[in-house]
Amino acid sequence: MGTVVNTGTAEVAQAPTTPAPPFPTRRRRFRAAHEANVAGYWFLAPAMVLIGVFFFLPVVASLLLSFTDFDLYAIGDLANARLVGLRNYATLLKTPLFWSALQNTFYFALVGGPLSVAVSLSAALLVNARLIRFKSFFRTLYFIPFVTTLVAVAVVWRYLYHPRYGLLNYALGTFGVGPIDWLGDPRWAMPAIILMAVWKNFGYNMLIIVAGLQSIPEELYEAARIDGAGWLKQFRHVTLPMLGPTLLFVSVITMIGYFQLFAEPYVMTQGGPLRSTTSVVLLMYEEGFRWWRMGYAAAIAFALFVVILVATLIQIRIQRKVEQ
Amino acid sequence: MTAASMPAPLRERPVGGMESRERTARVLIYVALIVGAVVALLPMVWMVSASLMRAGEASSYPPPFLPSHVTFEHYRTLFTRLNLGRYLVNSTIVSLVVTLTALLVNSMAGYAFAKLRFAGRDRLFRSLSAGLVIPTQVAMLPLFLLMKQLGLINTYWGVIIPGMASIFGIFLIRQYALSLPDDLLDAARIDGAGEFRVYWSVVLPVIRPILATLAIWTFLATWNDFMWPLIVLSDESRYTLPVALANLSGEHVQDTELMMAGSVLTILPVMLTFLFLQRYYIQGVMAGSTKG
Repeated sequence: MGTVVNTGTAEVAQAPTTPAPPFPTRRRRFRAAHEANVAGYWFLAPAMVLIGVFFFLPVVASLLLSFTDFDLYAIGDLANARLVGLRNYATLLKTPLFWSALQNTFYFALVGGPLSVAVSLSAALLVNARLIRFKSFFRTLYFIPFVTTLVAVAVVWRYLYHPRYGLLNYALGTFGVGPIDWLGDPRWAMPAIILMAVWKNFGYNMLIIVAGLQSIPEELYEAARIDGAGWLKQFRHVTLPMLGPTLLFVSVITMIGYFQLFAEPYVMTQGGPLRSTTSVVLLMYEEGFRWWRMGYAAAIAFALFVVILVATLIQIRIQRKVEQ
Repeated sequence: MTAASMPAPLRERPVGGMESRERTARVLIYVALIVGAVVALLPMVWMVSASLMRAGEASSYPPPFLPSHVTFEHYRTLFTRLNLGRYLVNSTIVSLVVTLTALLVNSMAGYAFAKLRFAGRDRLFRSLSAGLVIPTQVAMLPLFLLMKQLGLINTYWGVIIPGMASIFGIFLIRQYALSLPDDLLDAARIDGAGEFRVYWSVVLPVIRPILATLAIWTFLATWNDFMWPLIVLSDESRYTLPVALANLSGEHVQDTELMMAGSVLTILPVMLTFLFLQRYYIQGVMAGSTKG
């Protein structure tokens, strides 16, 4: 164990730091701080190497890849890959399938995202209600769908959505609704996936919102009640404004996650029917790992990155405006 | 309950209408909570129930909710004919190795970012945080080529290595380690402990709660992960459970009961882990919400 530190001290000369002046009275302290100096790099090294080599390097390489025509032949021999400039991006913009994948992804993120947050907020208000007991019991129950395996849950829901034998249509049938061909009808497939995603994910945001609710000082509610504010007024003028930063946080992470839609359509619909559930990531997977058009797929991946980045910035700006 | 049986609240709130309104509100909230709980759990309950039905029973009308006769034949089929034991072992190996290495690697880095002073620390941390907005899928294409160069395609290591360090894990540890008192560390140093010894014998024991959180998070995330294992594993005998299940569900679309049994076995380990260790898991959710 000591050897790690010893190797560290051997490289003191290379460390890009200027040691503090050696005050004799603080000698011990100085030495400790000085040693920590070099040890810091050793403690970071494994994580930084791993994240650098297996994440940041591929991200940069992905950008370069998107400027090449890297395909199946290039996987065999790298010499077959050529720089093609922005051609992949130009092709992308001319491909209807990319636009519909983008549209489907936006549909999922912009309808499913706010719906998720709304359901999480309602659930949080319920499990955190002043009037009830068994709060942590309900909180745990509601959190269970979140910890399950997405693929397994998607398999389960595929059967729940069965037009004839599925429980959902049976339940709707008792109210005289239906039958709906959830996953077979291009109009219903995306709503079906959204419904499942909301069910699977709401528990996570609910917990974060509960933490936000609990940090609102009770005096604010008391003051509002003394002023004669009912439940709705308290919610609008105390809860919502105080919850602002929390709601921004959950909206942003939910949206970022939802833009990466992949496993649900992969398992439940294979992107169909009529491509109505093909998401950007599913398209990237198909182009890159089924047809091995990796240069083109990298362009798709970067387009997604830009979309996520812009959407995040817009959301933060809107929130700032609202808060002012 | 009549108003007379609750004198105390009445004394506090002289307006009689208030009390009955609160009671109505309480009933409504409980009803909503129970409806919500049913919706949250029904798919899981049906999954278990259908996995115990006889082949074909779930595909009848009206759809039965409980098996007319409990059978474990689908579980037997999964283990004897469909190799499920193998996938269970694969998933366990991958998840455990990722979890153990992630604990070591992320805790070292998180501690260094929180407590060790060295040049460029804060700048490095900021650039690392910027990585949080990059979707992991962006890295996957070159990562695949890199793994191919390293000969790690279709191996456990191909799945394990990218999960060994995570920005989120480093955040989690750093946040917690920031509150460690410097005096504690300096005392150990003055006693002559080397930096690694300080980390190993002083820091690790103190940050145990957050290590538990990180361990559960990493284990569940690795177990549930789908896209990367799907890409990097091509040989069926190496599949993790989610990949195998997605593959099986394509071949056995008609075998509802069999697929439900497969889903139960995929979900059961993570569900048990969560239920036993939920305190630590939930701590992770809360910590995640205040990062930065």
